[in-house]
Amino acid sequence: MPDSVGKVRVHCRVNGRAVILEGHPMARLLDVLRDELRLTGTKEGCGEGECGACSVEMDGALVNSCLVPLMHAEGSEILTIEGVARERLHPIQQAFLEHGGTQCGICTPGMILAALNLLSRHPKPTETEIREGLAGNLCRCTGYTKIFESVLQACRESERGS
Amino acid sequence: MRAYLPAYHLEAVRDLNELLARLNREPGRWKLFAGGTDLMVLLEAGKLPHRNFLSVWKLAELRGIEVASDSVTIGAATTYTELRNNDTLAREFPLLCQAASETGAIATQNRGTIGGNIANASPAADSPPALLVYDAEIELVSARGTRWRPFHGFYSAYKQMDLRADELIRRIRLPRGQKNWRFHYRKVGTRRAQAISKVCFAGRARVENGRIADVRLAFGSVAPIVLRAIQTERLLRGEKISPALGRAASDQLAREIAPIDDMRSTAHYRRRVAQNLLAGFIDLLSSH
Amino acid sequence: METRFIGKSVQRKEGPEKVTGSAQYLDDLAFPGMLHGATVRSPIPRGRIRAINFRPHIPWNEFTIVRAADIPCKNCVALIIDDQPCLAAEVVNHAEEPVLLLAHPDKYLLEEARRAVQIEIEPLPAVFTIEESLARKQIIWGNDNVFKSFLMEKGDVDEVWASADLIVEGRYETGAQEQLYIEPQGMIARASEAEGVTVWGSLQCPYYVHKALMKLFGLPKERIRVVQTETGGGFGGKEEYPSMLAAHAALLAWKSGKPVKIVYDRAEDMVATTKRHPSQTRHRTAVARDGKILAMDIDFTIDGGAYQTLSPVVLSRGTIHAAGPYNCPNVRVRSRAVATNAPPHGAFRGFGAPQSVFALERHLDRVAQAVGLAPDELRRRNFIREGGTLAFGQIVREKVDMERLMRRAFDASDYYAKRSRFESENVGSVIKKGTGFAAFLHGAGFTGSGEEYLASEALLEATPEGRVRVLAGSTEMGQGTKTIFSQIAAETLGIGCDRIDIVQPDTADVPNSGPTVASRTAMIVGGLVESAARAMRETLLHAGLLKPRYDSISFAQACNRYIGQFGPLRSFVKYQHPQGLHWDDEKYQGDAYSAYAWAVYVAEVSVDMRTAEIHVDDFVAVQEVGKVINPTLAAGQIEGGVAQGIGLALYENVVWQQGRMVNGQMTNYIMPTSMDVPPIRVLFEEIPYGHGPAGAKGIGELPLDGTAPAIANAIAHATGADVRRIPITPEVLLEMLEQVHA
Repeated sequence: MPDSVGKVRVHCRVNGRAVILEGHPMARLLDVLRDELRLTGTKEGCGEGECGACSVEMDGALVNSCLVPLMHAEGSEILTIEGVARERLHPIQQAFLEHGGTQCGICTPGMILAALNLLSRHPKPTETEIREGLAGNLCRCTGYTKIFESVLQACRESERGS
Repeated sequence: MRAYLPAYHLEAVRDLNELLARLNREPGRWKLFAGGTDLMVLLEAGKLPHRNFLSVWKLAELRGIEVASDSVTIGAATTYTELRNNDTLAREFPLLCQAASETGAIATQNRGTIGGNIANASPAADSPPALLVYDAEIELVSARGTRWRPFHGFYSAYKQMDLRADELIRRIRLPRGQKNWRFHYRKVGTRRAQAISKVCFAGRARVENGRIADVRLAFGSVAPIVLRAIQTERLLRGEKISPALGRAASDQLAREIAPIDDMRSTAHYRRRVAQNLLAGFIDLLSSH
Repeated sequence: METRFIGKSVQRKEGPEKVTGSAQYLDDLAFPGMLHGATVRSPIPRGRIRAINFRPHIPWNEFTIVRAADIPCKNCVALIIDDQPCLAAEVVNHAEEPVLLLAHPDKYLLEEARRAVQIEIEPLPAVFTIEESLARKQIIWGNDNVFKSFLMEKGDVDEVWASADLIVEGRYETGAQEQLYIEPQGMIARASEAEGVTVWGSLQCPYYVHKALMKLFGLPKERIRVVQTETGGGFGGKEEYPSMLAAHAALLAWKSGKPVKIVYDRAEDMVATTKRHPSQTRHRTAVARDGKILAMDIDFTIDGGAYQTLSPVVLSRGTIHAAGPYNCPNVRVRSRAVATNAPPHGAFRGFGAPQSVFALERHLDRVAQAVGLAPDELRRRNFIREGGTLAFGQIVREKVDMERLMRRAFDASDYYAKRSRFESENVGSVIKKGTGFAAFLHGAGFTGSGEEYLASEALLEATPEGRVRVLAGSTEMGQGTKTIFSQIAAETLGIGCDRIDIVQPDTADVPNSGPTVASRTAMIVGGLVESAARAMRETLLHAGLLKPRYDSISFAQACNRYIGQFGPLRSFVKYQHPQGLHWDDEKYQGDAYSAYAWAVYVAEVSVDMRTAEIHVDDFVAVQEVGKVINPTLAAGQIEGGVAQGIGLALYENVVWQQGRMVNGQMTNYIMPTSMDVPPIRVLFEEIPYGHGPAGAKGIGELPLDGTAPAIANAIAHATGADVRRIPITPEVLLEMLEQVHA
């Protein structure tokens, strides 16, 4: 709903908290999260929806926040990396730590969101399904090998119910 | 982020009627903004020439997949993910679902829409070749009324389409009930995922007693528009499958397409690969 | 000997911040009153600047504008020499060369303003290829377009040709490659007469930036401060370029009196910053019927772009690695780095060796074919052994066993069985498979007397609570610097890893440990950390404050007592070059590196003959690297390097038009996704190196040398295509296949 000339006020929930985001309707959700909410965990790697470093979940769907205009966040439930851990690290985060899934770390927030989203749709993915599920997230450091190992390990941990 | 945001406008509309009324009042002023997976990339590069957008992302009248006895109708604002997740489409229109699954990656598929893809009119689009071989029809609506037309012929030239200034794409309809067709879709991209197509092929054919009773062939990235290879179809239709037929079809195809050199690939590669994909399809038809 | 931390996969020190998104990269930082900065660049590759026009619709009075004339002291980005201007003054020598800087609080208006500056340049004829540069119709640098040349000789190559059984020749080419760290380059600067200059940035070498800023501003070293922020990948791309970016941010801060942040978007980063040097290599090899290589005559040229930057050093490494891990009695390498009107090429993991090793390993497969030997048999008959002399005159004093590495790699990859199975299954198949390998070495540390010249330093300091701070100029960029330094210090001091704090590199705090490059961080700087830790332990033992066996608590008490009694507990160490190593820079002979990693990599590919698409299906990487300090981190380095090597071999094609990269978006510059990288098996052999911490050698760059030639050889095996250049795109391969089958 346009409030002042050219701006919108968008009501949504970010990491479980109700917020009102104000800005240009075509401002990138990425910039609004980083600049307005100071949630700098979501990163810009390419600005063209290719690298996935800006991945967040919007209403349970993985999206590239660099391609989402602020207006489209109206009424949404948004999850960023800052909302993944609760009292403890999520099993995926723990697995990344234990199995070398993160090196320079810049792709890690987006990669963890993508892995989280994958597991929500495929709780027991095969390695092929993991490769496909993470294909929109580029990593330049790891060669992906230990990212897959981390995700597989996180599944095993989840199975064990820990 | 290179764009000067204050120069741009994006507004929401309540419903289709309001949208059509605004397009009618100011034809040519407004462009439609669906998932934004094409438009936002241009915006960020500072290369989005249009300034005024109306958002159709949440418009209920443009969403939904309806299954009737003789057709499946898809709302223009249906995302690739929704296409992939639809059982009827997966069963009866697998080439479309395959195309959707090879478009970008999961995050793109959650936001990109079939209508946005058609309106963006890229000759490298992944879904239109599948739509072409399924004899898709599209519905164009305006305040003046609605019309259906075949998707084939919708594009007349590069980024030129049969869409008037006050019209929008509302639905895409695929006729059902065509049994016994063999089908194949192959996108040759720059890599195995998240890739722009260098050559794209969709093909359907009915084979009876070793003859190609009917056939549809469509190609992407080998012409200024997504192309149905009508002349090559004509050459194949009714003929007995043989190596000579394959060679003739290959020659005909080379005359029918017009691939170019660009930063992703070469005309020579595109032509040769298009021919090879056609040959592969014909091989497939001759096997059982 | 049982160790507590060395050889264990201790968790990444800064891992928790990275997996929770709390790690602070440059663009995550904001300062009050901060301006955003942008660079206006030359649109053409060479010419004279005639005018700079500012279109009137922008409120220019709100902007800070910096030109060459505003530079306080010297208009250069100091590196080895000072030929590269910080801002072009009268002439431009490459497209995207920086001419003007702008700053404004509104980042959107800033972009609009950037578009509103028009630089009028009168074009001059430009040089775009190595051939054009060597033809010298246009002299664009120095007297002859040559930044540097080398002649490296062993024996007498010319004596051999007449009597050789066979002579095999070949030409090989490699293209430019973009480092493509996922975090684009960025800097924040604060600068004033009163305060001096401080920059924060994504960078590998804080002291390179420090030195460059000193020269630019004419300020003494105490008035310049460089702080490294969490760096999202470097791979060499943030070795020298950050000096340019820091200079720009600092100049805008200097002129505006406000903090200034410059962050490149991906497009600017791709087109304006450094890339791997393109190369051309000619091999002429004399070989006997029994497969003994008698002579190698190698001509190696790299394209350095418009300014010298690091080209002489890239050339040096490429030259030294050009003849590989073989015992050839007669070798001549003539090499040169030449100028073209492209943005200067620069450091990228491997640093000249991937270029010359590609040529060599591809060439040797062809030599094998000419002689009628299997490619592995040719290598076997020529591998160097301990006591043998490498092409530059270094006697190998390591227990190298290339045959053993090859055997292990072949076992792990089932090389022989697959090779023959593929050969029979390929007949008539639309998908053809192949195997290929490369055998290679990579020298760790700076060449020759480079490490002595660097004279790196490290400092350990204990707190009264018994925590130990490691102060070194080495940067963490994902390779594991912080973790392995912790492991080395903790192991040597006999305390917990969690009691070690790695101080964030800040030139105000840390000594100059040399740059974080050249696969030297573990071996050289880790070695300094180990020495400093040993000295600190000795100090406490000597003071009687520690018993020979102690725990972390006793250690803490000892620190407390020491500091109370004597003052700061610090241990400072300066690099000592190993005795007995000699390098002659004039003759280009001698002990080029103090230690080498040795490797054999095997690639398995499948090629779709209809589309010429190549996929790497399996990969085995076997290397001897001295002691592996952290297995997970070390394997991660190899896996990541192999993935970059796959990109170099198959996907990463820089498309040039008039000296400018035109595919500067991630949509069109293709790096491998998770679907393009195969399972990668990494196997280590460990022969402890006497001068490395716990026996470690360097590994960071090694994988970039062998991956591409292994893949090229596999493609040749699968299809018969005589691959001569990388990247081997489907377009290139399709044409080769058409020739093979014609």
